[in-house]
Amino acid sequence: MARLDAVSKQTAHKIEKLAETVVRSVKGGKNPFVEIPIRSLANVKFNEKRRLIELGSQRQKRYFFNVAMAKKFMQTFLVSDACKELIEGGKTTSIRDLYYITKHTIGDTKQNTFEEQDESDPIIEDLEVALDALREELHLFASRKGSMVGPITIRDTGDTIDLRRMGSGGWAVPSIVEENVIEFVRHEAKYILLIEKDAVWTRFNEDKFWKREKCIILQGGGQPPRGVRRLVQRLHSELKLPVYVLVDNDPWGFYIYSVMKQGSINLAYESMRMAVPDARFVGLSSFDKDKYKLPTNVAIKMDDGDNNRAKQMLAYPWFQAKQWQREIQEMVRSGLKFELEALSRRGISFITEEYLPKKLRDRDWLE
Amino acid sequence: MASRKATAAKGKGRPAARAEKAQLELVQVEPTPARRGAARAAKAAPAAPRRARSREEPEPELLPAAEPVAEPEEEAPAAPKPRRRATAEQMAAKQREISISEFFTKNRHLLGFDNPSKALLTTIKEAVDNSLDACEEAGILPEITIEVRDLGLGPKGEGDLTKGEGRFVVVIEDNGPGIVKAQAPKIFGKLLYGSKFHRLKQSRGQQGIGISAAAMYGQLTTGQPIRVTSRTGKGKPAHFFEIQIDTRKNNPVVTEDRQLDEWHLEHGTRVELEIVANWQAGQRFVNRYVEHTALSNPHATVHYLRPRQAPLSFPRATEELPKEAVEIKPHPHGVELGALMLMAAESKARDVRGFLQTAFSRVSGQVADEIVKRAAFKGRVRPRDVGEDRALAEKLHRAIGATKIMNPPTNCLSPIGDELMKRGLISFLNVVETEGPEADEQLDLDQAKKKKASKKEKAAKAAAPEVPDAPPEEGVEKIKGHNYFIATVTRPPKVYRGNPFQVEVGLAYGGSWPADKPIELFRFANRVPLLFQRGACGTTEAIVKTDWRNYLLSQPKGSLPVGPMALLVHIASVWVPFTSEAKEAVAHYPEIMREIQLAAQECGRKLAAHIRKKQHLDYQAQRRGIFELYIQEVAQAIGKITGKSPEPIKREFLRLADQVTEADLKEADAALEEQSRKLTKRPRRAENEDE
Repeated sequence: MARLDAVSKQTAHKIEKLAETVVRSVKGGKNPFVEIPIRSLANVKFNEKRRLIELGSQRQKRYFFNVAMAKKFMQTFLVSDACKELIEGGKTTSIRDLYYITKHTIGDTKQNTFEEQDESDPIIEDLEVALDALREELHLFASRKGSMVGPITIRDTGDTIDLRRMGSGGWAVPSIVEENVIEFVRHEAKYILLIEKDAVWTRFNEDKFWKREKCIILQGGGQPPRGVRRLVQRLHSELKLPVYVLVDNDPWGFYIYSVMKQGSINLAYESMRMAVPDARFVGLSSFDKDKYKLPTNVAIKMDDGDNNRAKQMLAYPWFQAKQWQREIQEMVRSGLKFELEALSRRGISFITEEYLPKKLRDRDWLE
Repeated sequence: MASRKATAAKGKGRPAARAEKAQLELVQVEPTPARRGAARAAKAAPAAPRRARSREEPEPELLPAAEPVAEPEEEAPAAPKPRRRATAEQMAAKQREISISEFFTKNRHLLGFDNPSKALLTTIKEAVDNSLDACEEAGILPEITIEVRDLGLGPKGEGDLTKGEGRFVVVIEDNGPGIVKAQAPKIFGKLLYGSKFHRLKQSRGQQGIGISAAAMYGQLTTGQPIRVTSRTGKGKPAHFFEIQIDTRKNNPVVTEDRQLDEWHLEHGTRVELEIVANWQAGQRFVNRYVEHTALSNPHATVHYLRPRQAPLSFPRATEELPKEAVEIKPHPHGVELGALMLMAAESKARDVRGFLQTAFSRVSGQVADEIVKRAAFKGRVRPRDVGEDRALAEKLHRAIGATKIMNPPTNCLSPIGDELMKRGLISFLNVVETEGPEADEQLDLDQAKKKKASKKEKAAKAAAPEVPDAPPEEGVEKIKGHNYFIATVTRPPKVYRGNPFQVEVGLAYGGSWPADKPIELFRFANRVPLLFQRGACGTTEAIVKTDWRNYLLSQPKGSLPVGPMALLVHIASVWVPFTSEAKEAVAHYPEIMREIQLAAQECGRKLAAHIRKKQHLDYQAQRRGIFELYIQEVAQAIGKITGKSPEPIKREFLRLADQVTEADLKEADAALEEQSRKLTKRPRRAENEDE
């Protein structure tokens, strides 16, 4: 067995304890269960004071002797077993890899332990909350996505990287960005800009916006993965840099901002590590179409899904601020949504040369 | 004569020329007032199926195609001064009596001879009904042979089967009491001649039309007379007749009458008819009829011989004859004014009181007194006066209606009975060939299309999985490797319009019936299967209106329930209210419909109990299966995590599985019971509608 650091030792111990509890209750003639905090809208609270989404105290018991739960119970222990093996072997793997590790046919039936990765991913999240261990501590990572450039030098697993010299592609943000992996060496950045999509980020990088404005630009390819969110949170809290978010003007874009700002429902237990309550929304606002004279022919009609999503968001406690209600209502009222690319109608570099500088100058953002 | 063939121009694929001829013919006879009347009656018919009392109404969809052509003649042109076309005298010269046989020659569809496929079935049905009735009345266990011969085949059965229409010989032979020599010609050669019309007694035949109509159909289509062989007992000679019908006079003409030296039956009757039929299209209806007849007559043995197919035999399921149906006098509440007058006129009683007591059932001296008192006649009134004076008759009729009279005796009914119905179902399922709905579902020859089960379907049927042996449960029968749940209910007799009737319902659930199709509904009236006009039948409506979801079957709105089930509904009555002479559908009497629903509900409750039990067992097995499957995995994983051997962990889990399953099931049972109690309490939709 490889020598384990303290955190890994502790995590492995937690898994053992979980299994032993089950063995004990079975011996005692009791229906064994795993207790898992519920990860749903019903069990998250918006903490007004900390401005974070937090997990409530509701817990769900996952019994083995229950037709509806038996399979998930079994899966929970298959994942636990695999994770313990990873920890003890000192290896880290992707959640997709874990799916393949734990997938096999049961007995001589045609049933598999897992049919889809969609089945194993939530089990991993269940295990994280049940053990109160982070995904990294389970030696797992999600598929990586997102890139970053800016006036900053970092150290990634011992290699020093200058993010001012990353060419057109930028530095790929890894899934695990904890202190033991990524260190910040030095920087002259004034703020952080998180951009929803890769294409727009490329425009900012090509126009050397970050050099001119002295900022770090990141993109998460849609909803940013944990790595990107954690990195933004670290940059914000450790280097004391303000965070601006630039997303599409649609319910999905607003939600990306809100996840960055106060965390998601699904990962509410990690909000304080991932969320930046001070993050500012710089666009695209529902009122920008008038302010920046965007013709309606660059708009997209909202469909039923968009409308429903917008209405759901109107009810979320963290969207109750007056300016946000106005923002969403205006979107619903007009029935139109705009992509960031719509600004290119006014010129290909309009977004980097006029739109964003003006927004920041005028302090035209939402919080 | 031959041109009349075309009257039923509705038959499929008739050449247009023939139809035209039929139209011409109808135009010719149009001036005859009586015919006009008939034509009008026919036109009025579309609204009629619900108004079932009138027995002469033709079925709307069976209207002769010629009708619209006749119409313009009736409407006078809009000229200002219509010219007189004929005087009353001229018209009178054309007016003459129409014989009943002439009428039916033209309106054969009223009797079920619309087209060659249906005629085949109707012919067989009429003969078999008569045989069964005769056997039962004589107290003989019936043994009936039905044979269909294709005349297109050579004497040794060589050649090809006739495709479409062709000549066929239908033979029905029974071991009944035989027919007295003098009566045979009238029975087979005269319409409306019979023993059953004037009696109030449960029997299959009612009017004395059927077999003579079949004979007439044969005569019209092939020119061949009906051939009858009959013997009334051992030591008595057998007679052979060939009987034709003089359709103008509705009289039999015996063309051959000889005594046979030898005959293979001690007593019995053999009827042979040569008819134009369509075996190809009609055979499945005949098959169905034979199967269902065997089902509703478990005391009868039925042999069935068909061209080019193995003979089929339904051995009797019981040696017990059905209880003899007793003849009763009419009940006062069922009598109509005209009938009352007629009865009074014929009465030999000296006073009304005596007339009532002798002519009706359930009229005691006391009741008669009450009626007479209520009628409040002035002075002495004799029955004859009532027969002549409409006002008096009306008074009496009203008085009868207002008087409370005991229900008619019910010993005139002979239901199949719970146990025999069950045995009938079992032997039916054992022999039956046309198991499960065929391609075009429920039978309806009126829109019949030839559809054969595709090879794929047949293969699928053959590959149907075998049901594993379940522990025997009450009501479950294993037949041909399939488990069927069988439940039967016989309701106590009830009365509609003074006529006693009784409803029976039986069901066979599961087995090889398809689970995703509407149930099969088998309708019977006085043990006779009803194969056509399903949608117009009161039976169907009663079943559709029953809420089968209460009994754990799914049921689309306004339709038969869906599930692997055959449902048998039998109405026994001294007078079954059919909607037409072809006896294909039962009229929608609320009293009858309610009884059907009550019986169906009772059966349904038994079914629900069975389905629940089955669900329970399935659930139990499923649970056990799931747990055992996963225990292996869980034990393995936990063993690895804790660094212990998985075997002891697995054993602990398995031990616990037994305990937990048991306790859990008790809970589930309690829940199911609670649910069923709620269901029983819930008011039934159908019943509310009636009240």
